[in-house]
Amino acid sequence: MNTTQTQAAEKTTGSAIETDNRLDQYLTFLLAGEEYGIDILRVQEIRGWSGATPIPNMPDFILGVMNLRGTVVPVIDLRKYLKLESIPFGKTTVVIVARITDADEQSERTMGIVVDAVSEVHNIASTDMKPAPEFGGALNTDAIKGLATRDEKMLIILEIDALMNNGVEQILNASEQE
Amino acid sequence: MSIDLSEFHDVFFEECSEGLDVMESGLLELDHTTDSEDINAIFRAAHSIKGGSASFGFMEISSFTHVMETLLDEIRDGRRDITRDGIDLLLASVDVLRGMVAAARDEQAYDQPVIDEVHQKLESMLVTQTKVDTGIAEQKEDTASETVQICEKANVPREADQRITSWSINFKPDASLLRAGNEPSRIFRELMRLGELTVEADVSAIPPLSEIDPENCYIGWSLSLETSASREEIEELFSWVADESDLEIACAATRQKLPDTDVEPGTGKQAPIVSAETPGEVLVEASADVTPNVQDQPAEKANTSQVTKVAEATKNKSVSSGSGKESGSIRVAIDKVDELINLVGELVITQSMLSQTGVDLANSEAGHFDKLRDGLTQLERNTRELQESVLQIRMLPISFSFSRFPRLVRDLSSKIGKQVELTMTGEQTEVDKTVLEKIGDPLIHLVRNSLDHGIETPEVRKAAGKPETGRLELLAYHEGGDIIIKVIDDGAGLNRENIITKAMEKGLIGETEDLTDERVYNLIFAPGFSTAEQVSDVSGRGVGMDVVRRNVRDLGGNVSINSNDGAGSTVTIRLPLTLAILDGQLARIGEETYIISLVSIVETLQMQKESISSFTGQSELYRLRDEYIPIIRLSELFGTKSGKKNLEDGLLIVVEADGQHHGLFVDELLGQQQVVIKSLESNFTHIQGIAGATILGDGKVALIIDIPGLIQRYSKQCQQNECLLGAVS
Amino acid sequence: MASILAVDDSPSMRQMVSYTLEKAGYGVILANDGKEALDIAHDTEVDLVITDVNMPKMDGITLVKKLRELHAYRFKPILILTTESTAEKKTLGKEAGATGWLVKPFDPDKLVSTLRRVLD
Repeated sequence: MNTTQTQAAEKTTGSAIETDNRLDQYLTFLLAGEEYGIDILRVQEIRGWSGATPIPNMPDFILGVMNLRGTVVPVIDLRKYLKLESIPFGKTTVVIVARITDADEQSERTMGIVVDAVSEVHNIASTDMKPAPEFGGALNTDAIKGLATRDEKMLIILEIDALMNNGVEQILNASEQE
Repeated sequence: MSIDLSEFHDVFFEECSEGLDVMESGLLELDHTTDSEDINAIFRAAHSIKGGSASFGFMEISSFTHVMETLLDEIRDGRRDITRDGIDLLLASVDVLRGMVAAARDEQAYDQPVIDEVHQKLESMLVTQTKVDTGIAEQKEDTASETVQICEKANVPREADQRITSWSINFKPDASLLRAGNEPSRIFRELMRLGELTVEADVSAIPPLSEIDPENCYIGWSLSLETSASREEIEELFSWVADESDLEIACAATRQKLPDTDVEPGTGKQAPIVSAETPGEVLVEASADVTPNVQDQPAEKANTSQVTKVAEATKNKSVSSGSGKESGSIRVAIDKVDELINLVGELVITQSMLSQTGVDLANSEAGHFDKLRDGLTQLERNTRELQESVLQIRMLPISFSFSRFPRLVRDLSSKIGKQVELTMTGEQTEVDKTVLEKIGDPLIHLVRNSLDHGIETPEVRKAAGKPETGRLELLAYHEGGDIIIKVIDDGAGLNRENIITKAMEKGLIGETEDLTDERVYNLIFAPGFSTAEQVSDVSGRGVGMDVVRRNVRDLGGNVSINSNDGAGSTVTIRLPLTLAILDGQLARIGEETYIISLVSIVETLQMQKESISSFTGQSELYRLRDEYIPIIRLSELFGTKSGKKNLEDGLLIVVEADGQHHGLFVDELLGQQQVVIKSLESNFTHIQGIAGATILGDGKVALIIDIPGLIQRYSKQCQQNECLLGAVS
Repeated sequence: MASILAVDDSPSMRQMVSYTLEKAGYGVILANDGKEALDIAHDTEVDLVITDVNMPKMDGITLVKKLRELHAYRFKPILILTTESTAEKKTLGKEAGATGWLVKPFDPDKLVSTLRRVLD
């Protein structure tokens, strides 16, 4: 993580003029045959699925909470969240532990996101990203940073904060006001 | 060298509030006794605040405190009697000072009208009413101006006066001069800083060697100094020895260079000096070069490692030897302690993980791992002890919260014309800092209520055959892992009938309900039961009692009230000692483990079929002795699919909250253990009925049930169900 | 480097005095009251003592008297540090054996320059 951050920082300072061309690193993962990417600087760690403790009266995409070295963090099933068909968790199922900033940018939460499998890390320049077309489904366009192509395959680059804030955060904030 | 004092301001402000607390409690003591130690303590506190505020540049605080101090000094010396009015005024002054200190800390403006008013009152009390008229006004004026003067002097740089004056100084010390640690050579050295100095010694008074007392000073000096410095500056250097010597300082000439002298400062004829450092060793050194090097700044560039060493020794010393009222306390930032507590919490979890593994191993290898088990047992004990002592760091005596009540009771009771005697017991009982801070307001509510509505006026009390002075008692003690705080008064008590009427009006209870006294009295904690206007209707209390209960519950505790009509009431608050750990009962429902605080559990039982009954087909009740207890099926309430369905197959945990019993239906009990409470809120959210989570030995997360919240959740659900039923019919 | 024992029951005054003196290059040992200072003086020989007058347990005047009874402190400079500049307190201090006095409030720079009068 540290090296990644340093490299990213160097790139930023090295090419201040061509900001748009700087390469950002994205961790990609698989979900129902599609490949998604998220900003690697947001990823705290990746761990195998080892269960979660259910929380009463939560929507089904909130699997519960898990123990992340002494901290209790919520776990989201991304398939259920995006209203994709559920499959049984298998050997490749992983939890991506990521830091999410609140909509009001006041606070940060750590969350576990369950995906089918992790794929790889790609360097993508923001100029290589195409804006996402309007399309239906659970994915709000705000939550998509753009589309990129790698090895003839399409990568959907996600804006992780917007993705979570549009759904999960609302639920969490709603129940807080109870 | 310029020194920025602002970094000491925080310490100073903290010290001021401690000092003000000392003054306040001391002044309240003076109502009862006239112990001279109390007066001394009050005086010292005022004195320190005055000195500190002047040193740190808060002149308004200093001059205000100065008047108080003068008054206190008169009381201390017995020149002034302690009157109730005097105490009232001093207490008011403490309040004013507190406001000034707060304003200074927040860099706000002082509340000048209030300050002036009290200041004026203090002044007029000083001028009058003195027992012995000893020209105090005069003396006062003298000292009042002194503070200001010194500061002015200190701040104004030396006059840029270029005039050179020749001074001739005759200095003949008493023989005893050296014994007080004064050393003429050092004074001369400082004189040399002011200008050109010539020193001649008069050794005529030195007795024969055989008669010399090596500790005496037999020499006199004539000095001449050419300097631009003022007479005051020269006198200042001699100020400590002036009383012990014949000293003449005369102006010889102005604007005139001394006629050619061969003597340059720092060389040539120097006065013989008796060295106090080596008494009896060398008496006289004629023409010895004792000239101090003017360049020799005191160790400015001294060996820094040595400085650090001494500084460290200093710190150790002041930490280890702190004693007395502060009980050897150190100031530690609360987040540092919390970090430590978190780490120890982790250690507890790791330890319990290891010990689980150890048990598994030991079982599988049949005693092969005795040593591992022994080690783990020891680790467990060490961990527990470490945790306890770390938690102790956050513990403070409840007196921090109690200490405000003598004042509050005194002010309020005289305001409402009641006579009340306050007693406080168990003030040294310790409780977590957070608990302590949050319990303050509820306690104030309770005490005010007791004074306002509990204790009667002297006339009413007399008519009722009670002593005219009412009794209010604050009591704190430890019981199990909890702290119990009681607020007891011998006032009118609660009126059962009035409460029932009021509760029915508010729709809190049905008409036919047969209620225990306990249940009735605790209705006053219900939200919306009463507001300030309605209080008189129910012969008692009510102001914010629901707020009291909510605050106490937020701390994981509970509150209840007991009362005897006409004889007083007792409010009992039970709180956990700490918010970091909890003694829990582990229970299994389906695949999940839940934790219930041991404090709320009354008993656990296996249900008999014939004692189970249902109520409107919606809720289930269990008859235990002569009581019907609602059964809460946790798996249904929490919407988990797993868990036993048949009530007779599982267990019923009877819990208590607000004097009411409920039964929690669980699959089985798993054991009891102390758990470290982890907040769900930091990454997740608050969930009604869940107090938090913990991490079990196997690394899994278990939820901790919040009993009052759970019961509320259950009632809400029942009401919804009833609404549904109503809608259908 | 001279070492100084500073005695005051007020933490902020202690901090200020020790900060000022350490900055001027002195080694400083602190004590909360006269009793503690006397204990320290028994074990450690410092070059100068500065003490407050009004303190719990043992006041500054008593401390000066007790220190003068110790052999090592017979000729040591001992200064009393007080807000009471009345002649009465100064005299009491001098009678007890104090070398001199410093009047609070004092300017930190002044404290340092005053000490030079009694320190090498």
